[in-house]
Amino acid sequence: METAFIIETIVKILVVLGLFSALAGFATYVERKVLAFMQRRLGPMHVGPYGILQVLADGIKLFTKEDFIPQGAVRPIFMIAPVITAATAFIAMAAIPMFPEFTIGGYTVRPIISDMNVGLLFVLGVMGIGLYGPLLAGMASGNKWSLLGAARTAIQFLSYEVVTGLSVLAPVMIVGSLSLIDFNNYQAGGVGEWLVWKQPIAFILFLIAGFAETNRTPFDLLEHEAEVISGYATEYSGMRWGLFFIGEYANMFTIGFLASLIFLGGFNDLWFIPGAIAILLKVFFFIFLFIWARASWPHVRPDQLMWLCWKVLMPIAVVNVVITGIVMMFF
Amino acid sequence: MFEVVAFYLFAALTIVMFVITVMSKNALYAMSSLAAGMIFISAFFFLLDADFLGVVQIIVYSGAVMALYAFAMMFMDTTKEVKENNPPKRIVFFLSGMIALLLVLILLTPIISDKVKALYPMSDEIGNTEAVGIVLFTKYLVPFEVAAIMLLVAMIAGIILASKRMDESITLKIDQEIEQKGAE
Repeated sequence: METAFIIETIVKILVVLGLFSALAGFATYVERKVLAFMQRRLGPMHVGPYGILQVLADGIKLFTKEDFIPQGAVRPIFMIAPVITAATAFIAMAAIPMFPEFTIGGYTVRPIISDMNVGLLFVLGVMGIGLYGPLLAGMASGNKWSLLGAARTAIQFLSYEVVTGLSVLAPVMIVGSLSLIDFNNYQAGGVGEWLVWKQPIAFILFLIAGFAETNRTPFDLLEHEAEVISGYATEYSGMRWGLFFIGEYANMFTIGFLASLIFLGGFNDLWFIPGAIAILLKVFFFIFLFIWARASWPHVRPDQLMWLCWKVLMPIAVVNVVITGIVMMFF
Repeated sequence: MFEVVAFYLFAALTIVMFVITVMSKNALYAMSSLAAGMIFISAFFFLLDADFLGVVQIIVYSGAVMALYAFAMMFMDTTKEVKENNPPKRIVFFLSGMIALLLVLILLTPIISDKVKALYPMSDEIGNTEAVGIVLFTKYLVPFEVAAIMLLVAMIAGIILASKRMDESITLKIDQEIEQKGAE
């Protein structure tokens, strides 16, 4: 039993690591293609049919590029910063139930690495640590643009965290549990039971905070090319630079899974679609939404982000929590 | 077996991290190891099956140390070493050593004596999130509410101190006006 459990866990970890590293690479291709079509371009076309092998070419480039560390940088911290971003992105996935249980050869597999009863908080907390990567990278680079990127990381972290926490609080009150599996089971009754109908405001707030959490446009202040060169990543090259982006894309998938599990019915069967495919469709819808928003919206300024988070979204979230509480008390 | 390995691993990591925090002269090293140490401490909560407290430790301290970084960024060049002027004092070493010894003794009491028992032992029927909530809202309700009011006071004071000139936007002002303000 013990040995089987260890082997099962290790296999799950390897599958999650391999699958999501590959998916992160593939998501960069999808992003470039979708952006290109939305802007009436073709996107990558030269490597392979429709440029599908572009991912491979980019991978080879990243792996073989010189690992360059500038002289003025604080070496150990400069080296460890990208690892923090990538590692926390994958650690956060440990508590996400990705698919329904299935059986292989009489052995039931639960596609979650660690089923803890505070899964939701764990995922959000560990994803939050991911922003230490850009922060440390910017402060250790010894470059003024990087330092500006780091300063923006700090304000972004302190702004969105409150909104994320308060926006998921209302669904947590309704379900009465912090376990993502309980969230999924609560919505087992079909589309009508989805929490998004009961908590539309929380859903929108969570998505907006999710954009800030994964530092995607319109909140990608950290590496705002037009203002701070490349922000925290200015001095990075090769695989260390690549790790930041594997982390970012893995976080996009995590937010996609979280939003699907909390608000959109998780991995329950959807009409005739089996649960595993239903959740994949939902996650890919969110990935598409991330790219869509990037194609449609301009960046915001840092002060606009703080204004939005503290003066608009946080009061709305608090009012939402209070109203949810009152409704639950009397009905 | 896993618990023992994990405990000693995280114990060693935590101690090393906090030693770096105290000994290092570089602000960036000190803060990064502080953040790492705080996060490694959460491992002990997870080992004791107190998942909720472990996660709260991660969330609270990652946010708090992030604010420290922001201050360090504003006050000093974090890539350079800070010149510290604190010659070793015997009394400081003696007192801190004694306090550490005292803490170790206090934490050892449940091992030495059988008479020390948990006031609110965990039960299998309720999860640890609920257990924390029950104790917080029954036995410790008054301290909890007092802490909430103190935080509210601190927050209002902070907002009033910071927002004296919040209605004027610095970024939208033209340079001349800023120079005029500077001359005054």
